Amino acid sequence: MEYLIRFSQSHETFRLPELQALAVLEGIDMEVVSYSLDSPFCIIRLPPSSPPITTTTLARRLIRRSILAMSIHELWGHGPDLASVHAAVKSTTSPLWPSYLSCSFKFTLDSYQGSRTSDQKVSIINSFSYLGFMGPIKMRHPDQEFTLHELWPFNSTPLGIPEPNHLYFTRYLGSSLRDLPKKLDLKKRRYISTTSMDAELALITANIALAGPGKLFYDPFCGTGSFPIAVAEFGAVALGSDIDGRSIRGDGREKTLRGNFEQYGLLGRLGGTFTADLTNSPIRKQELGSDGDGVRGRVFDGIVCDPPYGVREGLMVLGVRDPEKTPWVERKGREMYKQADFIPPRKPYGFLAMLDDILQFAAQTLVDNGRVAFWMPTANDEEQEMPVPSHPYLETLSVSTQVFNKWSRRLICYRRIPDKDVDSAAVKAREERKLVGKTADELNPFRKAYFEGFQTPPATTGTSTPAAPATETPPPN
Amino acid sequence: MKLLTLNFLTCAVKTCKSSSDSFPLHPKDAELASDDVEVNPELLVNLLPRLDWKALKTTSAEVFLPSCIYPLGFPQLPDSPPTIEQLQSDDKLLKDLHSLLMETNLMEGKLVCGVCGHEYAVREGIPNFLLPSHLV
Repeated sequence: MEYLIRFSQSHETFRLPELQALAVLEGIDMEVVSYSLDSPFCIIRLPPSSPPITTTTLARRLIRRSILAMSIHELWGHGPDLASVHAAVKSTTSPLWPSYLSCSFKFTLDSYQGSRTSDQKVSIINSFSYLGFMGPIKMRHPDQEFTLHELWPFNSTPLGIPEPNHLYFTRYLGSSLRDLPKKLDLKKRRYISTTSMDAELALITANIALAGPGKLFYDPFCGTGSFPIAVAEFGAVALGSDIDGRSIRGDGREKTLRGNFEQYGLLGRLGGTFTADLTNSPIRKQELGSDGDGVRGRVFDGIVCDPPYGVREGLMVLGVRDPEKTPWVERKGREMYKQADFIPPRKPYGFLAMLDDILQFAAQTLVDNGRVAFWMPTANDEEQEMPVPSHPYLETLSVSTQVFNKWSRRLICYRRIPDKDVDSAAVKAREERKLVGKTADELNPFRKAYFEGFQTPPATTGTSTPAAPATETPPPN
Repeated sequence: MKLLTLNFLTCAVKTCKSSSDSFPLHPKDAELASDDVEVNPELLVNLLPRLDWKALKTTSAEVFLPSCIYPLGFPQLPDSPPTIEQLQSDDKLLKDLHSLLMETNLMEGKLVCGVCGHEYAVREGIPNFLLPSHLV
């Protein structure tokens, strides 16, 4: 049977990765039949299920915790015009009709990018009278809801386009958690900071990383706890750390990371928070390559984070920026590090090096098939675009993009490959990129481009082909 | 910080990582607090293969001896880790493990590395693993 998923027409590139992640989470073998970034309607096929679980139940489960899908429906027929929809409904679903003869029901019209007058609506609905439903019509809480979804061309009302491009006739099955972001809305959260992640995107990230009951998740750049809260909302136990302990502590009273968990009643799922630097992490790890069972020695089911881009939030790790020039920094540190108020010195760090460290850390600490999902910024200009980082122990599953004016940020999700499936040639080929530089700009090409306003570098004089495709960033290795 | 976390933390100093004595960290002058959390068997079963049982025994002995949160001492854990089936069928063990890992919080004190002796301070339940520049 085919099912129609009604998506929200927002964050389009995140929709399919989220849906596919939910299918993995629920153990549903889903096939996407038709999907387009420009349409909120997606057709999927679900396999016949074994009793007592019906395919209808599977369909409801598939989107029950989706943030970007709105609802799922049983697809009775679809086509480019109303006549073909009727033909499809009559030819394939007539055995279903008797089940709905006496229940209460309602009909709705869901027109995307278009509208109908109420007279048109009534005549369209009446054209389905051959279904022969005799039950009472109830506009509130009917037993069954039938919908005709219409996909109109963009701007069809001002352009005076008379008919939609495609129509789908469906029976409603279930809805999603589309309203959950409102509960975690940053505007109503007790304690946030400048870089707190939007509730909707944090929840989508948690879905894509398969956060769920009984799992252990970690955010190495937790700040005020946006991601730990999102994964905890889906049932996982969250650990968080940040190099700046102040962001975890807040004001030490109500406005703290812990206070946020308290606000949402999630305190039982806050595993712990600590102050730490990812490059000198206290988390126990296993050296790569040791053939384990994929669980022992590993720690996390998932890692989700939004590492500092070095623009609003500085990108620092422990260490001294210039040990030769400032030898006293380390000397003083030796004398004073045991004092309670000692603040260890920090130095700027490379963004790409940081991403590489996250991947290495994820490979060492994730259980087999565990996921790491993180955000990274990039310039929209192709010439300044940053490649998607890769790691031989991690398979890139999805790259979703949120576009701003001159830059975008991507959510990239990886799966930990079991040791036995890792390509040994790729492991050998992996060479640590040697990044040199001491200032924040030298280390972070995104930060440099951001503060230079994303200007395209001036073309070299003498070349007659200004936008030669040969200058494009090579695909990541 | 729940005691669960302690089973995943070792000394942050890189040279200590190779020595098995750097794990687990040893709580010193620990002040504990107890939360009421609903038992989550799914989590415990999922985490069981990842727990270092020996370290867990060490931690529970070191934490509870000097503290008075459980006046009669914390219930003894078995010497060797249970299998998943044993854990699932043993309600008392599930509850003991739950109250140790999920309900007991380390609030104040220090975490000491068995190799280098570095003391990581714990304040308001948040340990600080930042290192001075001569140790990174």
